Amino acid sequence: MPLQSLDIIRRSATTSPSPEVRGAYTGTVAKLIDTTKCIGCKACQVACMEWNDLRDDVSTNFGSYQNPADLTDRSWTLMRFSEYENPKGDLEWLIRKDGCMHCADPGCLKACPSPGAIVQYANGIVDFQEENCIGCGYCVTACPFDIPRISKRDHKAYKCTLCSDRVAVGMEPACIKSCPTGALVFGTKEDMQEHAAERIEDLKSRGFEKAGLYDPPGVGGTHVMYVLHHADQPGLYAGLVADPRISPLVRLWKGKAKPLSLAIMAFTALAGFFHFVWVGRNEVDERDEDAARADLEGRRKPEMRT
Amino acid sequence: MSELRGRDTLLRYSTEVRTNHWLNAICFVLAALSGLALFHPALFWLSNLFGGGTWTRILHPFLGLFMVLLFLALSARVWDQNGFAASDWQWLRQWRDVVGDREERLPEVGRYNAGQKLVFFVSVGCLLVLFVTGLAMWQSYFTVSDALRRPSSVLHAISALVLICTILVHIYAGFWVRGSMHAMLRGTVTPGWAWKHHRAWFRQITHASHPRAGSD
Repeated sequence: MPLQSLDIIRRSATTSPSPEVRGAYTGTVAKLIDTTKCIGCKACQVACMEWNDLRDDVSTNFGSYQNPADLTDRSWTLMRFSEYENPKGDLEWLIRKDGCMHCADPGCLKACPSPGAIVQYANGIVDFQEENCIGCGYCVTACPFDIPRISKRDHKAYKCTLCSDRVAVGMEPACIKSCPTGALVFGTKEDMQEHAAERIEDLKSRGFEKAGLYDPPGVGGTHVMYVLHHADQPGLYAGLVADPRISPLVRLWKGKAKPLSLAIMAFTALAGFFHFVWVGRNEVDERDEDAARADLEGRRKPEMRT
Repeated sequence: MSELRGRDTLLRYSTEVRTNHWLNAICFVLAALSGLALFHPALFWLSNLFGGGTWTRILHPFLGLFMVLLFLALSARVWDQNGFAASDWQWLRQWRDVVGDREERLPEVGRYNAGQKLVFFVSVGCLLVLFVTGLAMWQSYFTVSDALRRPSSVLHAISALVLICTILVHIYAGFWVRGSMHAMLRGTVTPGWAWKHHRAWFRQITHASHPRAGSD
């Protein structure tokens, strides 16, 4: 059937299987962002807003080339600029294209309470289905990368789709299309890992001994990966999380706590029911009424109408 | 309840307290159902009661807020009567006699028994936690860091669980002890009811200097 994906491997707040006969038999996809090749031209930002028809508010300069200052509901990707003085005393301008990492183990999907508001396709893309979004922001709470943003206009959560609409028809994401230096490449995850390995070898031969691939295992790997010159210090790149994982608190909240809480509530209700079955009702009988009356009459008569 | 009609009755809950209690109860039921819809996907269908997921998300915090405000007013009225005394601890230690309906073995109870006091203080504690953590989770109006919102979300769920279970016990107790439901609905109890369940309170209010008796 057209206009239907049939390759949903995970769906938020859903326990029964989703339509998933179509698999990613040629491999899952990945976007590779080579920070060492990025010149910070922001063509990818423009391509993103063009393809997705997004127009963010005009922002104000806060003393950086970074514009806007942060990701928003209408800026799904953002060049983050960091100035790093290396041990040799040289300035390194580290530029990282920020956006959804498309985790293999997505915290947003785990936390989402609305069935089908977040889906994960067989090809690895994690997509928000805004018509099912209720705007609670649990995805914001759960995301280890601080990516989703709730729109002030419609109160739905938005983020990079990895151009799932383009990828579904065999095109590469808009940002990839626009990159003038080849810092952005797209393909199967395997191909991207191989390509990254070549890049890292080259970087190491040129003095970047700690160059490496950012594909964090804590979230099962990601379908957006970085080549970093300083893979040992991801934090240099505008605070990229060194070892991202779904917070244990979120795991508890949207994991074990759910069935356990329901069981405790059901047990409490059943305990009440069976208490009634076993013990019966606690009733006041005539002896109590007589005793109360006798007590009243034994003392000075209170102001009661009889 | 016809057996109460045409007989002496004692006023147990004033109209104000009853009104407040039942508004509280309505808010609690609605807040609990909408909260459960957002908590467990197996209960997401409860959001249909509120007009869908989005309306559930919009309404839930307001329902909670109303409950907190109402409870504030209620607790101000009954706070003084819920202090724990030595006999209350004795009452709790004898919980087997309580659930076994052997009330004659328990220490004499004042206006509220230890179980009722416990319900009161658990409600105070839970609502306090629910209120503060709820604000942290209310992203439409409040922005806090993930470091704060994550533990808040967990605490919100835990305190909601404790409160829901406590109120389940509270509802059952009100049903189990015949006459309690009538007391909260219409305000009055029979002398025998007060004698059996709250003897110290019975003596106190029927004492000549405290003519608080009424008739329905």
